[in-house]
Amino acid sequence: MGEVKVIGASLSLFCCRIEWALKLKGVEYEYIEEDLRNKSSILLQYNPVHKKVPVLVHKGKPVAESLVILEYIDETWKQNPILPADPFEKSVVRFWSRFVDEKCVVGAWAACCAQEHEKEEAIKSAQESLGILDKQIESRKFLGGEKLGFLDLVVGSLPNWLEFIEELGGIKLVDPEKFPSLHAWAQNFFEIPIIKERTPMAKDLINYCKTSGLAPNKKQV
Amino acid sequence: MGKSDIKLIGSWASAFTTRVRIAFNIKNVEYEHLEEVLGKKSDLLLQSNPVHKKFPVLLHDGKPLPESLIIVQYIDEVWSSGPSILPADPLDRALERFWAAYVDEKFFPSLKLVRVTQGEQLAAAVEAVGKSFEVMDGAFHQCSKGNAFFGGERVGYLDIAFGCTLAWLRALEKIVGVKLFDEVKHPALAKWMDSFCSDPAVEGLIPETDRFIEFLKLLPGAPPRH
Repeated sequence: MGEVKVIGASLSLFCCRIEWALKLKGVEYEYIEEDLRNKSSILLQYNPVHKKVPVLVHKGKPVAESLVILEYIDETWKQNPILPADPFEKSVVRFWSRFVDEKCVVGAWAACCAQEHEKEEAIKSAQESLGILDKQIESRKFLGGEKLGFLDLVVGSLPNWLEFIEELGGIKLVDPEKFPSLHAWAQNFFEIPIIKERTPMAKDLINYCKTSGLAPNKKQV
Repeated sequence: MGKSDIKLIGSWASAFTTRVRIAFNIKNVEYEHLEEVLGKKSDLLLQSNPVHKKFPVLLHDGKPLPESLIIVQYIDEVWSSGPSILPADPLDRALERFWAAYVDEKFFPSLKLVRVTQGEQLAAAVEAVGKSFEVMDGAFHQCSKGNAFFGGERVGYLDIAFGCTLAWLRALEKIVGVKLFDEVKHPALAKWMDSFCSDPAVEGLIPETDRFIEFLKLLPGAPPRH
């Protein structure tokens, strides 16, 4: 199927989605670690518009933006499909994937960065989004159907990253009682072998920030 | 399948609604259009999109689907016997999706910012739009491969995503009295704009500029203009 490269950052919440998808499909790839403090010419060449990771390079052609890459992976390697076949079910997965990125991720980041007088409101807003997601998950083991799929990989970025955000921002966003479905789903998700072997841990994210003195950009972690 | 099984909640003034209408035109599918009144969201809308409370929302056999670009992809997949909206090749699809995301996350917000700024901030907003057009010009050359549209020989997904912002562009140029798009600098895009607006699937759907200017006056946040 041609040479596959993933340009990523090992602590990136968006990059792990790509590696999970490739592993799920049994696709071999070369992983290139990017130092986000010192972006390589390769990254700038392959993603000149956003200059961000992850980028998938397949037969020399780059694809950027994690949700776009996930769709590309599913359309190119047809074994173990990660999107449902039914157009409506597929659309529902796309809807919730965007909700995760546009509301949950953005909301949590905003709460982390908010000034003192805005913090409470920002936390409330982030928790509202997480609450909607939690309700959507219900008591399901997998989020797109009978087995691990696209939406699981997207939501899977959240739990450890949220733990890191809480530490970074000195805020409390999540607890198992407030979001029981998300918590139960995450317990199961992180036990899956291919997921377990490639998951950025909150403590590593925290150490990275402390040692690099970076104010992390949301897409860089 | 009856027309009544397919309902679209939206508005004539909404770029996002127009995207869906163009998609239905391409596929030659009839639907019932339910026009929302500005400032007063219908019960049907609130029930159909409880998460975002926004239109457009497609109701297909009673099943609700919000988000314009998700609806457009859905239409492409369900009415697969009609002309394709997304290309067949996965890489070409990824490119169009990437650029459509750019339109929604970068280009369109930068354009809308022009409406609510003045003075130095307006100048900065105008510059940002100019830069965005440079980027989209590059996207056009990348995707069109010498053809008339981003999608090739026919209007496609990215044409729809980007083209529906044109009413805003034209209205804002008149409102602020500043050129936001330089057709001399970007002749290929200028030609594309004409081709897009006169395409049979699009004709009549992009709001007429003066009518849209009147609509924009009803939206909050704009500074007084002379």
